Amino acid sequence: MTEDGIRCDGRRVDQLRNISIKAGVLKNADGSAYIEFGKNKILAGVFGPRDVHPKHMANQDTGILRCRYHMSPFSVTERKNPAPSRREIEISKVLKEALQPALILKDFPRTVIDVFVEVLQADGGSRCAALDAAAVALADAGIPMRDLVSACAAGKVADRIVLDVNNEEDQEGQADMPVAIMPNVGKVTLMQLDGILTPEEYKTCLQTAIGGCKTVYEVQRRALVERYFESGEK
Amino acid sequence: MMDVKRRYVIPGDVIATGPLRPEQNVYQEGERIISTCVGISEIFENTVRVIPLTGVYMPKTNDLVIGKVIGTSPLSWEFDINSCFIGFLPAQDVFGRDYSPTKDELKQRLNIGDLVAARVANFDRSRDPLLTVQDRDLGKIESGELIEIAPSKVPRLIGKRGSMIQTIEMATRAMITIGQNGWVVVSCEDPEGLLKAIEAIKTVDALAHTPNLTERVKSMLGVPEGENNDTIND
Repeated sequence: MTEDGIRCDGRRVDQLRNISIKAGVLKNADGSAYIEFGKNKILAGVFGPRDVHPKHMANQDTGILRCRYHMSPFSVTERKNPAPSRREIEISKVLKEALQPALILKDFPRTVIDVFVEVLQADGGSRCAALDAAAVALADAGIPMRDLVSACAAGKVADRIVLDVNNEEDQEGQADMPVAIMPNVGKVTLMQLDGILTPEEYKTCLQTAIGGCKTVYEVQRRALVERYFESGEK
Repeated sequence: MMDVKRRYVIPGDVIATGPLRPEQNVYQEGERIISTCVGISEIFENTVRVIPLTGVYMPKTNDLVIGKVIGTSPLSWEFDINSCFIGFLPAQDVFGRDYSPTKDELKQRLNIGDLVAARVANFDRSRDPLLTVQDRDLGKIESGELIEIAPSKVPRLIGKRGSMIQTIEMATRAMITIGQNGWVVVSCEDPEGLLKAIEAIKTVDALAHTPNLTERVKSMLGVPEGENNDTIND
């Protein structure tokens, strides 16, 4: 990072990477979304509510949510083994727990909602980008939600708090904090922290990340509006 | 006409605040009434609801649905009704009260793959929907073309007091059976009329959120504007 706060990819400390989201990109899934978050390229597909298989997983009182986060072999510079790694299994669980509070699953007893996230190209912060895409895909599938889920990371690089850490900064930086919120409800659904921060830094970092989430929310919103309200004349 | 306020909403949007009654696809948090899906919100008198633009079919008692036989058990048929639940049609409904599994063969009446127009007799969260064919115009569908549209767009295809469907039927002389689950069967003796009717239904599906749809379909089908529909049929 330069002295006047310009980062390795030319961004300011409080600047997000370019984000574009497109909803409804897959025909065969019930809902889908494609996100480009800087150099991250991620596809999310949603099926459901549908019958649970294996049947013993079904819950008589409520629907269940299953998530699968997967990185394509060509998503990183060195070929990645397509078998689910420890990291992917963990992120699948994290995504599920970050999306669950937003969904109203009580309406669909004995069913499952499957969320599949495929990372086509990874560049740091892919769990946040995956969450953003998954939330849009769930809304596209028409699953009742309390709110969308918007996610964004913040971190500490060269002793400064920066918004939206990319891969290079993640490797060299001192801390990385992915945060997901429900922007209208005003609740946090995901908060992880890898690294060491002082209490003051922690507060700034969280506030920075939440600010980023709100920007992401506007992009998600635009994607849904484009998909549903602008295809024909009003 | 009463005053109805309409607006495009996505999940999490606050539709209104104040002492209003939440109806379909909204939830209340404190004073605020929030949308749970992508759709068009309506504030009518003191009720708030959202008409969804996407989503799966949830069975409701008394709905007319079109189902496809996917299996049989000794006492019932199982139907795919384009929902997350399987529809059950008890054998007694077709054979009468003296049905005996040893004497009667279910597959003689309805075989796997057959299409049936049925009504949802009973459905609640604890049990799969129970179907019945004990009514006029219900039962096996012998001929016609099956078209799948989004279940959320079925009301638009029917139109106000059936205006849309009447327009299509009269202009093409087709017989159209609409299931609330988004499956539509069209039959027509004239192959050209059949193609036109299918095209019209697909147009309604694609442009369901736009106003003046009936006029557009009329011009597509070559119905002169402002002319009384009854004269076309002669």
